[in-house]
Amino acid sequence: MKLIQSDAPHIRTKDSVRSIMLDVLLALAPAVAVATFFFGWYALFLCLFGAIVGELIEWFIVRVLRGQKDFSFDFSAAVTGLLLAMNLPPTAPWWLLLIGLLVALGVAKHAFGGIGQNIFNPALVGRIFLLISFPTLMTRWVSPVRGFAKSVWDAMTSATALGILKNSGFSAAIQRFSYTDLFFGNVGGCIGETSAFVLLLGFIYLLIRKRVNPVIPATYIGTVLAFASIMYLVNAEKFGTPLFHILSGGLFLGALFMATDMVTSPMTIKGQAVFGIGCGVVTMIIRLFAGYPEGVSLAIVLMNALVPLIDRAFKPKIFGEVKV
Amino acid sequence: MKFLTFKGGTHPPEKKELAKDKAIVRMDPPQFVYVFLSNHAGAPAKPVVKEGDVVKTGQVIGEPGGFVSAYLHSPVTGVVRKIDKLYHPVQGRPMEVVVIERTDEDRWQLLEHSDWETLSREQLLEIVKKAGIVGLGGAMFPTHIKLNPPAGKTIDTFIVNGAECEPYLTVDHRLMLERAEDLVLGVKIVKKILNARKAYIGIESNKMDAYEHLKKVCADSDVEVVLLKTKYPQGAEKQLIYAITQRKVPVGGLPMDVGVVVQNVQTVIAIKEAVVDRKPLIERALTITGEAINNPMNVVARIGTTIQQLVDIAGGMKEDAEKLIMGGPMTGIAVNRLDIPILKGTSGVTVLAHEKEPIKKPCIRCTKCVVSCPMGLQPYLLYLLGNKKKYDQAVEEGLMACIECGVCAYVCPSKIDHVRVIKLTKRVYQALRGGKK
Ligand code: SF4
Ligand code: SF4
Repeated sequence: MKLIQSDAPHIRTKDSVRSIMLDVLLALAPAVAVATFFFGWYALFLCLFGAIVGELIEWFIVRVLRGQKDFSFDFSAAVTGLLLAMNLPPTAPWWLLLIGLLVALGVAKHAFGGIGQNIFNPALVGRIFLLISFPTLMTRWVSPVRGFAKSVWDAMTSATALGILKNSGFSAAIQRFSYTDLFFGNVGGCIGETSAFVLLLGFIYLLIRKRVNPVIPATYIGTVLAFASIMYLVNAEKFGTPLFHILSGGLFLGALFMATDMVTSPMTIKGQAVFGIGCGVVTMIIRLFAGYPEGVSLAIVLMNALVPLIDRAFKPKIFGEVKV
Repeated sequence: MKFLTFKGGTHPPEKKELAKDKAIVRMDPPQFVYVFLSNHAGAPAKPVVKEGDVVKTGQVIGEPGGFVSAYLHSPVTGVVRKIDKLYHPVQGRPMEVVVIERTDEDRWQLLEHSDWETLSREQLLEIVKKAGIVGLGGAMFPTHIKLNPPAGKTIDTFIVNGAECEPYLTVDHRLMLERAEDLVLGVKIVKKILNARKAYIGIESNKMDAYEHLKKVCADSDVEVVLLKTKYPQGAEKQLIYAITQRKVPVGGLPMDVGVVVQNVQTVIAIKEAVVDRKPLIERALTITGEAINNPMNVVARIGTTIQQLVDIAGGMKEDAEKLIMGGPMTGIAVNRLDIPILKGTSGVTVLAHEKEPIKKPCIRCTKCVVSCPMGLQPYLLYLLGNKKKYDQAVEEGLMACIECGVCAYVCPSKIDHVRVIKLTKRVYQALRGGKK
């Protein structure tokens, strides 16, 4: 029996980075299942590929390249890999995902110093890189095939809801996809973004487990709602309805799982609210006035860059601090 | 039912069940006691005995060595064997200790004063001082100073801290159950000293039996017993004051700045014993607990009893004992030797079993420490600035307001040692600033 001396506190929470990341993976699982249903086995393959290869790349960088002996799998790279896969079209070739993973983990995460040090959400950096380098592959959308065993290669190519809105106006878009389709994910789009419903389920799980707080998603989605409402009054046919904007595209995936990335979002409640509002405004400006039909990824990455400023501007109030 | 509380904080496992139902037992005085001259915050006492002196239980062996200092009394009847040096757990270095061998049954030297109800507040204060009473919750700040605010500060509220928010510890809980009458009498005395209008006893909701009991005992007094939410650090002075009175002690200020004085349960009982029973402070109740001790219990032990003796009476340590903490697990001090004696402020001895070393990671900015800090600080930032030696900037971010409660390090999934770095940063900053002027 040997007594050890150490600093207080002598007890620590059982929570760890790994347990948090496992919960995030678990929260994303329903969305992966729904993606498999709508787009077939290949979607599942891409998701698993992203998570597993992501973790292996991290192991290689940290253990082999950096020679860090005490490396332990914390599954943060698996979360990045999975999110990146969920941000690809269901027809994306596996090597495209691999390139994205290398950029996400190698450049966006580890070039900045590894876990906790990166400024930008790695999965989004990967996605944006791919979008710019492989625009055709990254926008090859298909209609859902419905049924687990169907092949996505037989599916009809189809524009996304936001794409139709941008090119043909709201009547055309809502004729093609009903609100129910949009809510449950029966639409073309990225693997993981189609069903607002299951994403919400996963997020509620994280809320119950106290892994996240709802400030960023609430302010983000709320801002999109408010912005879209105003634009709806200006020109309904051109800009679409508020509900349409909330349910289409990557808003739920972005607001619930990407903007909330701990490492790249602000540290205080007030800061998080500002961040969420900023994401919402930028998303809508891109969607409605820029060349791309979708703006979630760019909006979040842009706001990521402002996090250090936001953190400096919005500090918690020190207990008992007297205003001078 | 309404629970009073503060913002922030956390819920570590309470572990009170280990010892909360064990009535306090009185330990036989040990053959040797080791009484540190530094048995309180501030300057160590000046010894007034020397080797070979025969002393009675309660006889003064040390006089205050400065303004912030306290009297020291012999805990046993016996002979002063020597004045030695021994590792001091709070100071972290060898300090002077009076070693007394017990040679006889207790022959008391009691304090001398007349019936307390006829005494003035100054006379009562003098008794508290003469009795060597210090904050028994752990801070060990001399009580007579705390009860005597400087001119210009009026105290309208006195709060008894019965929160006992540290996990594992149960001694205050037991005292509130077993010595409620003494506690209430003590409150009366302190109220008189402070000339306070209002007195509260604050108890966490995990001690309902103590709450009910004290409520009954206080039924026809003007002491109000209030229920606090069970949350760490509910018993931290500023958080407790806020929970009960909604007053915020200003940063850098003291409770008296908002008209409040707080004393721990046992300190109040010690005041009663000094004033009514004329007993100086020579013993204290404490909890011996933890998964790795055989028979967790609550005991009354003489000041200067070694940890070895406490561990023995509690049936010894288990095979897998790994950490022995003086105090509780959130703020206590881990020691690696058993020859250390308890101080006036030692509220418990907690022995924890071996645990797998948690995996450390860099900060993932999860915000847990920020939302949990009861002082509204950003612990991750203080840690960062401290490590970068940016002392001034750390101070600007509120470094000095940190109460070292340990919440940030407890909640951190990356297992970052905020508190260690914060304590160090404070010390270095103070040393640097002290050198400049
Ligand atoms: S920074 Fe200080 S006051 Fe805040 S939680 Fe950490 S130890 Fe407690
Ligand atoms: S709790 Fe730990 S990981 Fe979370 S923000 Fe604070 S220091 Fe960083």
